[in-house]
Amino acid sequence: MFLQGYLPSILEGTLLTVQVAVASLAVSVVLGLIGAMFKMAPSKPLVWLAELYSTVVRGVPDLVWMLLLFFGVQMMINDFCTYMGWPAPEINSFFAGVMTIGFIFGAYMTETFRGAIMAVPKGQMEAGLAYGMSPLRVFCRITFPQMVRFALPSFSNNWLVLVKSTALVSVIGLNDVMYRADTAKSITQEPFTVYAVVGAVFLAITSVSDFALKKLEKRYSSGVRETEL
Amino acid sequence: MIDVNLIIEKLPAFFGGTDGAPILSTSEGLQLTLELLFWSLLAGLALSIPLSLMRVSRNKVLSTAVWLYTYVFRGTPLLVQLFIIYYGLSQFDWVRDSWAWQYLREAYACAILAFTLNTAAYTTEIIAGQIRNTNHGEIEAAKAMGMSKWLMMRRIVVPSALRRALPAYSNEVVMMMQSTSVAGLVTLADVTGVARRVFSDTYMPFEPFLTAAGIYLVMTFGFVWLFKKAEGRWLAYLAPRKH
Repeated sequence: MFLQGYLPSILEGTLLTVQVAVASLAVSVVLGLIGAMFKMAPSKPLVWLAELYSTVVRGVPDLVWMLLLFFGVQMMINDFCTYMGWPAPEINSFFAGVMTIGFIFGAYMTETFRGAIMAVPKGQMEAGLAYGMSPLRVFCRITFPQMVRFALPSFSNNWLVLVKSTALVSVIGLNDVMYRADTAKSITQEPFTVYAVVGAVFLAITSVSDFALKKLEKRYSSGVRETEL
Repeated sequence: MIDVNLIIEKLPAFFGGTDGAPILSTSEGLQLTLELLFWSLLAGLALSIPLSLMRVSRNKVLSTAVWLYTYVFRGTPLLVQLFIIYYGLSQFDWVRDSWAWQYLREAYACAILAFTLNTAAYTTEIIAGQIRNTNHGEIEAAKAMGMSKWLMMRRIVVPSALRRALPAYSNEVVMMMQSTSVAGLVTLADVTGVARRVFSDTYMPFEPFLTAAGIYLVMTFGFVWLFKKAEGRWLAYLAPRKH
């Protein structure tokens, strides 16, 4: 039998990996939008804060962030609870993994969204305001639909890097595809086959997302004519 | 909350001085990270120049083969590639019986091999993209001078493409530098590996991982600065006019 019946277990781990990736993406988009707004805020401290976030996070490897945040935050919570005399809670590793990856990629998304918002002509927003729309409505109806086109290429790239980074979450104890592969590897004694399957799984995820994002890019660029040389 | 004394006490361990030994007495920590990075970047760049020429060649078989290679290596996590080489190769008797096994059983050689193949895939696409972007005039001028195809490649197309690849390549170098941290997951004592060891010895997470983060941050700034300089040197002719 192929991999002594470990294939379903690996595929089950894939599901968790995809869930972690999608949930982290959501967190990173929210953080990225906040970061981009801070970067363009009139208040200097907010700009510095966002600058610090995007520079420091992007200057340190994902793996180091995961180890630092996962073990560090866990200890902080434990210490705090001991100090208060409460029982120490067990942190859900799915939640911890999603928050960590979301935090890291929020920094990359900050840069993506800042560039995209700046690419939308200012007059568009001013016209919206002149019509009496609230700033939030201007963002939802005017800025956002137009910035998507500029943000998508870099967004796609961030997503692909994020998917590949989720391979690291088994380090912090998540029962993901890499964790399952580790078990399957020791039992089947076929490490090459096991990791080749895992590689194929990731390749499938990245290929499908690449295809879908290209379609989306086309859709959001409708009405824009490409320069032909 | 953060024990500064512990950071200072363990700092030498990140520079090859474990357990009170003078720093640089072993190659652990920063030196190992830089070694892994240097050898894989060197080999990766050397591989990617011929590969990028094959990638843009009119020969469909060659270009498709190289495309497949870069597609697979750019579409899968580096950690999986490293595990396939480090754990996976032992599955085959013919690998274990070959002369290469004395190297491939070591995490060090496996890490360099995996990093090389990974960075070569990204670099090939970067250079191939710039070769395709080569200015028509440069090629026409080379042809008008009567250069053969290979002479033109060697003297005009490749040097020009490599210069223009510099900004994208600097990103790749920083990415690769950060990616070497996965070496710490296959028993190697690079910066991350040392941090993990200090963590398991002391059970203090902040001190070792913050130290490692600081070292990586300084390296990132260092490489960014270095490549800015390099761009100023080799891409000056593309900079906007200042006067």
